Amino acid sequence: MLRIEGLTAEIDGKPILQGVDLEVPAGELHAIMGPNGSGKSTLSYVLSGREGYEITGGSVTFNGVDLLAMEPEERAASGVFLAFQYPVELPGVGNANFLRTALNAVRRHRGEPEVDAMQFLKLARVRMKELSMPEDMLKRGVNVGFSGGEKKRNEVLQMALLRPKLAILDETDSGLDIDALKIVADGVNAMRAPDFSALIITHYQRLLDYIVPDRVHVLMAGRIVKSGGPELAHELEAQGYAQVAA
Amino acid sequence: MVAVTETIEAVQSVAEGGYKWGFETDIEMEFAPKGLNEDIVRFISAKKNEPAWLLEWRLKAFAHWKTMVEPEWPAVNYPKIDYQDAYYYAAPKYKVAPKSLDEVDPELLRTYAKLGIPLREQAILAGVEGAGDSPAEGRMPIAVDAVFDSVSVSTSYKERLAKDGIIFCPISEAVQEHPELVRQYLGSVVPPGDNYFAALNSAVFTDGSFVYIPKGVKCPMELSTYFRINAKSTGQFERTLIIADAGSKVSYLEGCTAPMRDENQLHAAVVELVLMDDATIKYSTVQNWYPGDAEGRGGIYNFVTKRAACRGARSKVSWTQVETGSAITWKYPSCILLGDDSVGEFYSVAITNNRQQADTGTKMWHIGARTKSTIVSKGISAGRGQNTYRGLVKISPKAVGARNFTQCDSLLIGDECGAHTVPYIENRCMTAKVEHEATTSRIAEDQLFYCRQRGLTQEEAVGLIVNGFCREVLKELPMEFAVEAQKLLAISLEGSVG
Ligand SMILES: Nc1ncnc2c1ncn2[C@@H]1O[C@H](COP(=O)(O)OP(=O)(O)O)[C@@H](O)[C@H]1O
Ligand SMILES: [Mg+2]
Repeated sequence: MLRIEGLTAEIDGKPILQGVDLEVPAGELHAIMGPNGSGKSTLSYVLSGREGYEITGGSVTFNGVDLLAMEPEERAASGVFLAFQYPVELPGVGNANFLRTALNAVRRHRGEPEVDAMQFLKLARVRMKELSMPEDMLKRGVNVGFSGGEKKRNEVLQMALLRPKLAILDETDSGLDIDALKIVADGVNAMRAPDFSALIITHYQRLLDYIVPDRVHVLMAGRIVKSGGPELAHELEAQGYAQVAA
Repeated sequence: MVAVTETIEAVQSVAEGGYKWGFETDIEMEFAPKGLNEDIVRFISAKKNEPAWLLEWRLKAFAHWKTMVEPEWPAVNYPKIDYQDAYYYAAPKYKVAPKSLDEVDPELLRTYAKLGIPLREQAILAGVEGAGDSPAEGRMPIAVDAVFDSVSVSTSYKERLAKDGIIFCPISEAVQEHPELVRQYLGSVVPPGDNYFAALNSAVFTDGSFVYIPKGVKCPMELSTYFRINAKSTGQFERTLIIADAGSKVSYLEGCTAPMRDENQLHAAVVELVLMDDATIKYSTVQNWYPGDAEGRGGIYNFVTKRAACRGARSKVSWTQVETGSAITWKYPSCILLGDDSVGEFYSVAITNNRQQADTGTKMWHIGARTKSTIVSKGISAGRGQNTYRGLVKISPKAVGARNFTQCDSLLIGDECGAHTVPYIENRCMTAKVEHEATTSRIAEDQLFYCRQRGLTQEEAVGLIVNGFCREVLKELPMEFAVEAQKLLAISLEGSVG
């Protein structure tokens, strides 16, 4: 499980996270909601180890291990996955090649045998079908020329293939039409397992109609200001953040 | 390097860091006396048992060279070369020249095995037994000419190729067996006085490959030459001549490695390609000479003149190079597009890491009508590497409707390296069209983080992104060669980040 205690972090001397406390037990899906600029993406980057963020206080453990002491690739290998709010383009790098390289990196870490190109294709085809992704997306450069929705689906595809223990989905629902939203939600729901946890960052109640979270947290100005059950999301939708947090 | 599984495995098995081909073969060698003078030129010519015309040709080149000065225009720096302080001929010692592979010194055979270069022929026809290791299923064998310092050690598939009338042999042998062809074409594309290093090469060249593809013949397998420098304080002066007669087609690969040494060694090659009507030559190079250490000690000076003459209409030449090695690279594979509708292509990846310097590019000279050229150059600089693209597109008044497209992309890794683009365009034809695009970029932090978040190490991430950057060039390489080139790119950049 994930345990965040008193986490503070800044960028260029500007404090962003101002004491985040949060626990996600194994097997649970938690939603994080909050206004723009409240620090949701910052939290996801700090958890996954992006450079440029100075951790000024607090701690993060994942299954008892100090997450903050690890390199990004070590966190990934031990099961932390971030679905990016803005997936990054890698020109000239074939999507299939990238996905397989990532899958094998993680499999190596787990002591599983690597998969060759043929085996990978088999695995990928099954997942892509579930996500209604055309197969030619494997041949294209990673996220290059992908539409917003295609990029998000590509993130979910990676999650499905890498089978993380902790998935952080940063606004994976924004920019998706209702059909795509359902497909993505199905993808996340299919991951549910006793040893899988997720942090689902979203603006909208909409997604939570399809992925019912165990808990909902409100992040404002770098702090969790309120937590509750799934009904909290409805309250937020009806009354707005300011009202609910007050 | 030759594109076979063994090679790939050889690269894989040692992929932990450093230059993997830097070992030295301990073998008894015969040297010419140190230094460079007319007697040395005569010595080499005599060693090769050359006819009088060729000795004359060499001596003239040598006399010319003495009047020339080393070019100073390339953007590279190195201490003055003492041409008297090197050997110009070094060859494994034999009482009698080996007639078959079984007579070749086992130490040499081991060297090539270690480099992953297959010297033995594989059974081409199914059902032939005892012809060495069988090739991986569906993979065509590759004919190899192995040049060790100043001599060719062995050439495979000669007999098989001869059935199609193809000549593939060391150039020293071609001088004996096909003097009329050599005499007609040698120096016809790169004249002996063309430039300082070409003149030097013409005087003292020792070995290299000779290829002749007859009219209408499509060469049934890839041809390749593997150059190995082994001896100390020795220069290598290879000479390659490929003639593609009307309607013929050939794909040729070239690879090279050298031991790790503190001294700099000179490799000054000349490659000449001649193409008749409708002929096609695809010439691929993976240049992996020892690049020197992190402080810039040692490494090969790779000063090379490569040029193709598209003499026939609709002929097509395609140069693809992946330059990962050498302390200094000075090289401009060029195309003279004489025949109407002839096509020249240049695809290049050049990496400079640590203290490596590269000044490389191409010259496309459009003379015939509707001639077309494409230039795609990818320069990658890391460490304190300096990388210059230098290219000339020259369009003559008669080249009506000629077209050129040039794209030069530079990628910088770190902030102590440099990338420079020097394109020259001389267009003297109103109807010609010349396009040039150039970009300079860095590997973005978000790209690296994205990869690392998916479990790739920093180095794997850099390797992947750089390979993506080079994709347009790498896809021009024959498939197995491309796999190997990708690995080389990653290895060459080791230690460049973090
Ligand atoms: N690289 C950066 N440099 C400076 N400020 C930043 C940077 N990235 C984010 N911020 C600031 O940090 C705050 C939180 O941003 P972010 O975590 O992206 O919020 P959210 O994802 O909740 O919209 C914002 O005020 C934003 O402007
Ligand atoms: Mg955000």
